[in-house]
Amino acid sequence: MSLVNCRKAVNQLSNYLDGELDAELKKTLEAHLGKCHHCHAVFDTTRKTIELYCDGKLFPLPDDVRARLHEALRRCAQRV
Amino acid sequence: MGELQAATLAGGESVLVSEAKAGNYAAFEELVNRYEKKIYRLGMNITGSPEDAEDVLQDTFLKAFQHLAGFREDSRFYTWIVRIAVNEARMKLRKRRSSKEVPFEETEDQDGEVLVRDYADWKPNPEQSLAREEMEQILRNAIQSLPPGFRTVFYLRDVEGLSADETAQLLDLTIGAVKARLFRARLWLREELSKVLGRG
Repeated sequence: MSLVNCRKAVNQLSNYLDGELDAELKKTLEAHLGKCHHCHAVFDTTRKTIELYCDGKLFPLPDDVRARLHEALRRCAQRV
Repeated sequence: MGELQAATLAGGESVLVSEAKAGNYAAFEELVNRYEKKIYRLGMNITGSPEDAEDVLQDTFLKAFQHLAGFREDSRFYTWIVRIAVNEARMKLRKRRSSKEVPFEETEDQDGEVLVRDYADWKPNPEQSLAREEMEQILRNAIQSLPPGFRTVFYLRDVEGLSADETAQLLDLTIGAVKARLFRARLWLREELSKVLGRG
């Protein structure tokens, strides 16, 4: 594992995940990820991290919170 | 199918907004039904507190209802209420002011490049190996360990899917600052989750 290459690879992580790398740099980076298990793990688990937070099942709206919201809105609407 | 739903299908969300502006409460309620889950999730992600998230949810829709006439419809209704919700969530955070700061300087080398302290891979399908409540708590703790300005950027960019430009406008930041914060936030969250989900 080349530390210099790994540092540079990780510093492109966000640009890579956001699809903002030019074709040549993307190819170079993917070649590195293909060889370096450590960087591959960082990229892969960062993507998983984002997916976990995007999961719509997390932080579901509790029924009682929803009921209080609609009650507050109805009271507000009646005053208007 | 009710008249409102039929009109909405034919004319899209702008019909609901027009109806709500004209005083049709059912139309406003339909808009609330569409977005209440997402606004609650926004509140949970940014404030990390169920109580604050409920306040964010209520205050957002109450303000939207009270100021609907002022909504100029030059953006989507959802974009408009996200803006309100982010402001409400940030006010909650300002009142608390207790979030610990991340010692980010320790994660940089002398050239200002970000250092990764942990290259661990994770167990396969970590979310399936834990109870939902346990997983929620882990995610909540991790995002709460980020400074508010970083977790708000992470939430808007990665969860809400706003562009860097939209996020920058919403938070009054430069695009460069949004990108830098997002990068730091992603790596930080990954490392926090690795402590629990990593092979080890």
